[in-house]
Amino acid sequence: MVTTADQPLIGVLAVQGDVVDHARALEAAGARVRAVRRPEELEGLDGLVIPGGESTTIDRLCRIFGLHEPIRAQIAEGMPVYGSCAGMIQLADQILDGHREQQTFGGIDMTVRRNAFGRQVDSFETDLGIDGLAEPDRPYRAVFIRAPWVERLGEDVEVLARADDHPVAVRQGNLLATSFHPEVTEDHRVHELFVRMVRERA
Amino acid sequence: MSEPTTHATGTTRVKRGMADMLKGGVIMDVVTPEQAKIAEDAGAVAVMALERVPADIRAQGGVSRMSDPDMIDGIINAVSIPVMAKARIGHFVEAQVLQSLGVDYIDESEVLTPADYSNHIDKWAFTVPFVCGATNLGEALRRITEGAAMIRSKGEAGTGDVSNATMHMRSIRAEIQRLTSMAEDELYVAAKELQAPYELVKEVARNGKLPVVLFTAGGIATPADAAMMMQLGAEGVFVGSGIFKSGNPAERAAAIVKATTFHDDPDTIAQVSRGLGEAMVGINVDDIPVPHRLAERGW
Repeated sequence: MVTTADQPLIGVLAVQGDVVDHARALEAAGARVRAVRRPEELEGLDGLVIPGGESTTIDRLCRIFGLHEPIRAQIAEGMPVYGSCAGMIQLADQILDGHREQQTFGGIDMTVRRNAFGRQVDSFETDLGIDGLAEPDRPYRAVFIRAPWVERLGEDVEVLARADDHPVAVRQGNLLATSFHPEVTEDHRVHELFVRMVRERA
Repeated sequence: MSEPTTHATGTTRVKRGMADMLKGGVIMDVVTPEQAKIAEDAGAVAVMALERVPADIRAQGGVSRMSDPDMIDGIINAVSIPVMAKARIGHFVEAQVLQSLGVDYIDESEVLTPADYSNHIDKWAFTVPFVCGATNLGEALRRITEGAAMIRSKGEAGTGDVSNATMHMRSIRAEIQRLTSMAEDELYVAAKELQAPYELVKEVARNGKLPVVLFTAGGIATPADAAMMMQLGAEGVFVGSGIFKSGNPAERAAAIVKATTFHDDPDTIAQVSRGLGEAMVGINVDDIPVPHRLAERGW
């Protein structure tokens, strides 16, 4: 029998970005999914995903529609949160090359440089070895789109993968962040890792 | 840990993935760095850099071409969000120039005067991704076959009249729906009628959606217009003349962004629609003689 603990309820922040592909990947990894656009939709979640998208847009809409403070509070209380690309930016305590008014949720003691890998003509895919994934010997095909990288890391932050010597997958406690976009591929091992993190906490 | 031999740019996944990141967002036409900043501040996911918005192209006439590289550079330097720019249909050298300038997406656009009345650009030959307009499913599939990584329904640019945007979006959606209900052996004829490759038609029939992101464009002028197009199945919105030809561009831009996110929430759309001042005056598409309609360009 499948219990709620086996199928945690994970929210996907849905103000803008690649929400549907994260939802599909989370469901494939064994979670139930709820789109989150309003503060009350955060209630009862076991975890939250901040999708890839345009970080300036996501930040602005979160502040306007009252999501910024509640999400910060959930992070402080230890809710597992995973951010890809724009989501990684939103989980960084500090950012570089952001919009002048841009604010992040923070939570991971790191400095992330926005669009560090360059413009779209520099966007790329490459094979990575990522610590903590199932089948560790099988390379993970990672898609980087105008992607950020991590320039400074706190002591408590664990690096799970690097590309061109830059950390591109990191974990601190219940928070997970990647520069790349697992949601645009059919390899769901990163989402499985996050669902495991959520189950372990629940 | 990096393995340079596996590193690849300009792949289909990288090109289509870029459009995935724009979903649920608004892309705004801008003609100056100042307008680009207003768009970014309002929450645009990208800006389209061009010399004249479609309403002015329509009013002023003449041949309309790719923008001045200095002007595109100025906009690229003014904002941190992605910058798109338009090339004429079939003008592959304009596209080469835009790629060399570092724009993030090229719009092979019917808003500019076509450079080739037979062939579109071979978009597979580029690292930068392309978005193309379509009035129906066959046109969308032909553009995807040529390498387009994103489609926008055309509508009728520069009018502020949303009726063609709804017609094109409904047409694409209905034709996809029709494919999903067909028997496998009927898809051969469907491919012939759509003038598109059988394999692509089969993929659309199986998935019930295009293999690329579908935005809407052409005549969107209000928050309610944007929300309606989202409810009709658009995954995001291009707004051209509708913002900077209106009375209060910054407020209107921000309101259209909010209405796109909350497209299914009438209370929010009502709230953001207040106090925006004059919408662009606009032209009824019916008043434009057919040969002067931009949506007729491209095939």
